[in-house]
Amino acid sequence: MDMTTDKGTAMNTLNVDITDEEILNRYQKYVGRKVTFIISTIFILILFAGLAGSIGQAKITIWEAYAAFFAKFLPDYFTANWLAETTVWNLRLPRIALGIVTGAGLGIAGCIMQGVLKNPLASPYTLGISAGASFGASLAIIGGAGIIGGQYLIIGNAFFFSMLVSLIIIGFAGRRGATPETMVLVGIAILYIFSAGTTLLQYFGEESAVVQSVFWSVGSLERASWSKVYICSAVVAACIPLLMLKSWDLNILTTGDDSAKSLGVNVKHIRVYTMSLISLMVASIVCFTGTIGFIGLVAPHITRLVIGTDYRYLIPASGIVGAILIVGADIVSRNIIPPIIIPVGVITAFMGGPLFLYLIMRRRMGYF
Amino acid sequence: MKLVIKDLEFCYASRTILNKITMELRPSEMLGIIGPNGSGKSTLIQCIDGLLKPKMGSILLDGSDIKYISRKDMAKKMGYVPQTTSRSFFPSTVLDAVLMGRRPHLGWRSSDKDVRDVIEVLRLIGIEDLAMSDINELSGGQQQKVLIARAIAQEPSVLLLDEPTSNLDIKHQLEVTEIIREKVIERNISAIMAVHDLNLASKYTDRIIMMKDGKIFDMGTPKSVLTAENIRSVYGVVAEVINNNGGSPHIIPVRSLRRYKSAIMGA
Repeated sequence: MDMTTDKGTAMNTLNVDITDEEILNRYQKYVGRKVTFIISTIFILILFAGLAGSIGQAKITIWEAYAAFFAKFLPDYFTANWLAETTVWNLRLPRIALGIVTGAGLGIAGCIMQGVLKNPLASPYTLGISAGASFGASLAIIGGAGIIGGQYLIIGNAFFFSMLVSLIIIGFAGRRGATPETMVLVGIAILYIFSAGTTLLQYFGEESAVVQSVFWSVGSLERASWSKVYICSAVVAACIPLLMLKSWDLNILTTGDDSAKSLGVNVKHIRVYTMSLISLMVASIVCFTGTIGFIGLVAPHITRLVIGTDYRYLIPASGIVGAILIVGADIVSRNIIPPIIIPVGVITAFMGGPLFLYLIMRRRMGYF
Repeated sequence: MKLVIKDLEFCYASRTILNKITMELRPSEMLGIIGPNGSGKSTLIQCIDGLLKPKMGSILLDGSDIKYISRKDMAKKMGYVPQTTSRSFFPSTVLDAVLMGRRPHLGWRSSDKDVRDVIEVLRLIGIEDLAMSDINELSGGQQQKVLIARAIAQEPSVLLLDEPTSNLDIKHQLEVTEIIREKVIERNISAIMAVHDLNLASKYTDRIIMMKDGKIFDMGTPKSVLTAENIRSVYGVVAEVINNNGGSPHIIPVRSLRRYKSAIMGA
């Protein structure tokens, strides 16, 4: 008798050697690693931005680029020559800033879409939002009844159609019995419909207009200007905190809809809320840049591999990683065969694809 | 916390799953729900947690209908442990997974105190050594314990468990059920547990509801419900029931009624 009870208690107390303090300590270190990751990625982003600011036809060193940037804010401490200042502020910075905003917006959008739709393939591109934008732009460029030059027509059309796609997906999300899988399938169906629509337009379109619409749909930072940067960054900056507020709900959503509901999360509300904000964010980005694929898909996965799933850290980190990828891709795109600038959307896919394959081979992600 | 269910009905399209269920859960009681596959056990539990909306009838929690209780308030009152399936989670540590149970009580930030509370719950369940492991790398039994820990971290007054032991080996079956039983006593909460193993139900629950085809077939103490006749008419199984002097009855399944019948007919 005594033997069995002893055994019983021995089993129960087998692991008591780990103290609360030790666990807390390890947990704090674990959280600390995530914070460290975010801080180091910020530094990498600053480095890349400096690099992008220094590369180009006008020869500027990376330090001159930083000095030119800070001279505007702190003229007492930094001085920059006229060439550096005008090149950086007028030519290169709008492009870098648009890249950062685009990368951040798309990275965060993909990260949250993958979470709320519980699908590692979800991203603004794979759900047809970008296809909607392309269709809208093509409609304006090719079928726009001679208003091709009207800048706002193209942007407005692209914005309208990408929001339309999102609204259809959100509409399905609000239906009874809608599962994340149906939303993904709806997105893919819409992707095909709008791609076909764009192809049809291009098939019947005038040659020069078709060329322009193809150029538009290949994502690029060429059209960057300060006014565009202001609009984009205002929308993205407003959406990010509103999305981050829902970090806990997003964490809980990973445990499944029923569990999430019983843990107090209004699942339908959170899907519609986050998808609406993401749509707004993505629409206001892609209407300026065109379709930049892969960032929304890859940036969150890379980040998740390093810091895990906690959305409180995953959202900002995915944004920064997305920004790094685009700014990095832009540097490459301008330097492979200068002075020709290869569209950044092509580079992100060429760089992101192999990188992604490498990551999948090297470490099983555990969720696909 | 007292839970009263009156004339509960639930249908999927044309099929009635729950039919006129009337029952109650007393404070600090462990209630077992038994019945064959498809008898409505899981549906009943999901209705009680408000995950499924009943067609008719009411579920009253301390007198107020759960229809009018928000999800967040429900989460403070009821903890739900779903059936374990071998699904993959996004990677997450056990500690983070259990911390989610604190959500109804938390703002955006989690403090060291919340983490400490979670560690205490892990210790209660006996999985504190797994705190920093990835939930995907755990065995089925360990994952089940994590889910129970999360429900307990919620600090509910009612625990709802949907076959918490169905995928577990004997040791884990006993361990998990004992843990739930202990928590019910220690924390003064009540629990409703759907369970397939009649002997586990017999040994660990105060009362048992026996379901058949969406209706309550019998209700009462394990001794009064787990009789050879009841098991025969609900499960179609011939069983021997041993009542060892005053303790919980022990069920030994002998053979299924269908095979018995066909054997006779063949002869």
